[in-house]
Amino acid sequence: MRVFKQFKELKMDVLKEVGNIGAGNAATALSHLLNKPIDMAVPKVQILRFEEVSDKVGGSEQVVVAIFLRVEGDAPGNLFFILSPKSAKSLLKRLAGIKVANDDSFNDMEMSALNEIGNILSGSYLSALADLTKLSMSPTVPSLAIDMAGAILSYGLLQYGEMGDDALLIDTTFLEGNHEVEGQFFLIPDPESFAIIFESLGVPTEND
Amino acid sequence: MIEQNVVKVAMADLNVIKQYGLIRTSGLGSCIGLTMYDPILHLAGMAHVMLPSSEIAREGELNIAKYADTALPALLERLQKMGSSKSNLVAKMAGGSQMFAFGGQNDTMRIGPRNTESCRAKLQELGIPLIGEDTGGNYGRTIELDCSTGILFIRSVQMGVKEL
Repeated sequence: MRVFKQFKELKMDVLKEVGNIGAGNAATALSHLLNKPIDMAVPKVQILRFEEVSDKVGGSEQVVVAIFLRVEGDAPGNLFFILSPKSAKSLLKRLAGIKVANDDSFNDMEMSALNEIGNILSGSYLSALADLTKLSMSPTVPSLAIDMAGAILSYGLLQYGEMGDDALLIDTTFLEGNHEVEGQFFLIPDPESFAIIFESLGVPTEND
Repeated sequence: MIEQNVVKVAMADLNVIKQYGLIRTSGLGSCIGLTMYDPILHLAGMAHVMLPSSEIAREGELNIAKYADTALPALLERLQKMGSSKSNLVAKMAGGSQMFAFGGQNDTMRIGPRNTESCRAKLQELGIPLIGEDTGGNYGRTIELDCSTGILFIRSVQMGVKEL
């Protein structure tokens, strides 16, 4: 069963803009951290079957580095910042002061640095969103996991599980000039949050 | 390994396989991969359970494969329809981990352990013995049941492959 009737084009555009502003602010923060220009792709807003969500990052068994935080407040939801392990290593190497081992595993120092980067970026994403909507959005302490994408992303779908078998995802990719650092933001607002977000932005809700 | 018949079970789905081949589900986090196996008919069923109870469901048309309390009886029924008898069935399960640890524990974050408990309780109620279990921890799993032997292979990023 579908949770959503497909939103009208205007609403999809509004959600794209939400992703654009959030991720744009985060990209600026990352650009300051790395002292390098960061490019951003046009956000995608999609309604996906649960199984398709992890296909967005290479399938449910693909190992990814993910920083996850729950958004609390007026419009609750889940926010993921996702990197491939290779991108995560490149990102760490570009930050001063961390000695990065060249193997596939991540040591405590690297994990902690990644968690902090995720924290900064997600914080900028959310604060831009809160400014835009004038809604209160407070992030929980972020949590880092390096594991199968399916296992990680399923946490963003639980709120949808009670209602149906698909979820709405606002997906924004950004990359550093030569593609060595590439990351994705997934914002998955709780199903109840959409009406609140639309209302806060003055989008008429009556003609769904 | 030689390429063979593989049945894939998606998230919040269930399926069965007969005589030979593998039935698998990937990327289990807080979800449970539950298998029922009939060693006499070489019949195997698997459910990828996402939530502990259908009581919280607000969906119009219930997806019975998604909830522990509805998926397990549905799986049993599928196997019985294929000729299996309940007294021959044995169950194994894996998953139910807690991938993220948050300070302020709310119920959503404890979903893995709750799924595990709910599956155990339902199996007991159905009278199907649970002969193997690999649940909990903070890591993801992919599982595969070999229909000819009933062996459950559990793969994770950190722990490698485990057999049940």
